[in-house]
Amino acid sequence: MESAAAPITHAGPATARPLDDESRDWLRSLRATGGEREAAIARLHALLLRAARFEVARRRPTLPHLRGNELDEIALEAADDALMSVLARLDDFRGASRFTTWVYKFALLEAAVKLRRRAWQGREVPLEPESWSLFASATLEPDEQAEQSELLAVLQAAIGEVLTAHQRRVLVGLALNGVPIDVLAERLNTSRGALYKTLHDARRKLRAHLEHSGLALETWLGEEER
Amino acid sequence: MSDRPDLKQALGRLLGPATPEIGCDECFERLDQYVELELAGQDPDAVIPGLRPHLDGCPACREEHESLRALVGGEQAL
Repeated sequence: MESAAAPITHAGPATARPLDDESRDWLRSLRATGGEREAAIARLHALLLRAARFEVARRRPTLPHLRGNELDEIALEAADDALMSVLARLDDFRGASRFTTWVYKFALLEAAVKLRRRAWQGREVPLEPESWSLFASATLEPDEQAEQSELLAVLQAAIGEVLTAHQRRVLVGLALNGVPIDVLAERLNTSRGALYKTLHDARRKLRAHLEHSGLALETWLGEEER
Repeated sequence: MSDRPDLKQALGRLLGPATPEIGCDECFERLDQYVELELAGQDPDAVIPGLRPHLDGCPACREEHESLRALVGGEQAL
């Protein structure tokens, strides 16, 4: 097992490879002028809209309160926003994947973020512990029940004592109460990346504290199998 | 203890991955390459270390990875 102090790491630079013909054509036409560029942008928008609709369709079962036209509007907004992102970042494309795969991720991200936020619109974001029942198992033997109670007591104490107030709210909101990271980022007026860094730091502190307190985390987590 | 999947899952969400991970921004930067390597049957974790642990620790990035893989994989299957 790696140390609990492992920081967020970097994977290293993407290795560029020769562009495939289709990707080269996309770049050339999007960097052209006049009618050729307009036509390429229209084709790109259609591609992004297809990806956004794909994401909307995947998530539709979790959004029963949204009507079809509302979902269409979200897909269209996602495609519009993704188009702006792709055009602004065209020079960032290094050919590590095909161009179409690269642009799809922008549309999927925009659609996913909008749908997560819509699903939580008007809902209070719980940032205090209220879901410890997630940890409780009703079918334990008495000795297992005692072990679990000890674990929960150590965990709750550690969350209260080791983390800063901000780390505690972020950890509890995201990891305990299941608030989507984009929703919490919007409510706290920050970014997904910054929020995940806070979550990561809180997890490291918690893990280090629990290991230091002698809790056999690898056994509870099954990490000895890694 | 390992036969309590709910507890293990809840603890995993709370404590996150044990191995070094990249952040959300770098995950987004590399996701397209990671998915294409996966679909090509290559070893994406050897090329982009830290991305898989991040997917284990970040539900939002995990969902977007699943969507991109499904979308691109579905096209390739046609």
